[in-house]
Amino acid sequence: MISIRGLTKSYGTNTVLDAIDLDIAEGERVAIIGPSGTGKSTLLRCLNYLDRPDSGVIRIGDLTIDAATARPADILALRRRTAFVFQSYALFANKTARENITEALITVQRKPRAEAEARANAILGEIGLSDKASAYPAALSGGQQQRIGIGRAMALEASLMLFDEPTSALDPEWVGEVLDLMRSVAERRQTMLIVTHEMQFAREIADRVIFMDGGHIVEQGPPAQLFDAPRDERTESFLRRVTKA
Amino acid sequence: MRALDLDYMLGLVPVILGYVPLTIGMALAAMVCALALASLMAVERVVRVPVLDQFVQLFISFFRGTPLLVQLFLFYYGLPQILPVLAGINGVTAAIIGLTLHFSAYMAESIRAAILGVDRSQWEAAQAVGMTQVQSMRRIILPQAARVAAPTLVNYFIDMIKSTSLAFTLGVTEMMGATQKEAAGSFLYFEAFLVVAMLYWAIVETLSFLQKRLERRLNKAFAR
Repeated sequence: MISIRGLTKSYGTNTVLDAIDLDIAEGERVAIIGPSGTGKSTLLRCLNYLDRPDSGVIRIGDLTIDAATARPADILALRRRTAFVFQSYALFANKTARENITEALITVQRKPRAEAEARANAILGEIGLSDKASAYPAALSGGQQQRIGIGRAMALEASLMLFDEPTSALDPEWVGEVLDLMRSVAERRQTMLIVTHEMQFAREIADRVIFMDGGHIVEQGPPAQLFDAPRDERTESFLRRVTKA
Repeated sequence: MRALDLDYMLGLVPVILGYVPLTIGMALAAMVCALALASLMAVERVVRVPVLDQFVQLFISFFRGTPLLVQLFLFYYGLPQILPVLAGINGVTAAIIGLTLHFSAYMAESIRAAILGVDRSQWEAAQAVGMTQVQSMRRIILPQAARVAAPTLVNYFIDMIKSTSLAFTLGVTEMMGATQKEAAGSFLYFEAFLVVAMLYWAIVETLSFLQKRLERRLNKAFAR
């Protein structure tokens, strides 16, 4: 069980997240949609303190972290329960595909190298990139890089996987393979919070869809309800705009 | 114009070659120490530890702002008058320390620039998988910064090898010191200094060759 209370983040006078409350059940797959610049990515980045929230409490299982008192050790503990998939992949440029997956298993989780490599090989198989194990990120396509990015996150066996617009930076030809992989992660009932512009995908895999605007959660519900019968005028107008395109 | 005494020059080559190990040894020792010191200062300049940061800035400013020869004299001839502990220091050690301090100031700035040049997403990815700041720096950021800084650092090493010649002013008989002594005995100054110049040149050319191979290796991860 993950609970977020009063999560707030401002840049100067601009309040990007305004006292967000959100609960996510174990195994729940939640998609966040909404216009650009409404705090979706900031919410994700505050959940693992890539951006430090100004205030608010995050609870993941028995770990509670309050922005008012969070020390570096608390932040590390939080990050070790979450995994993050970046829009820009952000693979370690100096590491091979396999090393990208083993790196945190060895340095953070202190697994023996052999165990970490066995785990990485299994994941490379699942994401269909066994033949690229020794390739460096620069030699991989965008789609392949993002699949490694997801593989790296999967390997951490985190309580919560955060996806920050994982297909937005991809050439259209690679979007399908990345969505397919995320679908297979979702099928395992991995707890996921996904910021996405892929409405069809959100409808298909999410248990719940959240519409955010202006740093607030405007509306949330099962995909069928939110997409087909939005209650808020802002949700409706956003959906009209994106589906027309 | 008189003819060059080629026999003398050929005879001098093995004599001066005998001092190459000392020259390279001093440069290598200073390079290793300078790299370590420069990396620490570069990391400090990036994370900016209060008070320490001002000290590091002052250090860099001083050692970049004064000539190496002045620093060596200050250190070897001057400092022992103030600090008697240093009275017993030998020329080689003093030269290594002087070269270390001088070049670490330059190298710190290039390493710092290289660290800042690593894409911010690399930091974020390292943080996101739960690495500590130190782990992120050591495992992800520094190796990538090294690739960027390597050509410059090798250039400093080349400069350092040539700068070891200043150690002869501290009474060290290295390549330059040995040449000076030989020339003073034979009065064939042109021949003697031409030989030593050629030998320095050969060493530097060898290094430039190794530099290209090192760069190719560091770039391995970035080849498409």
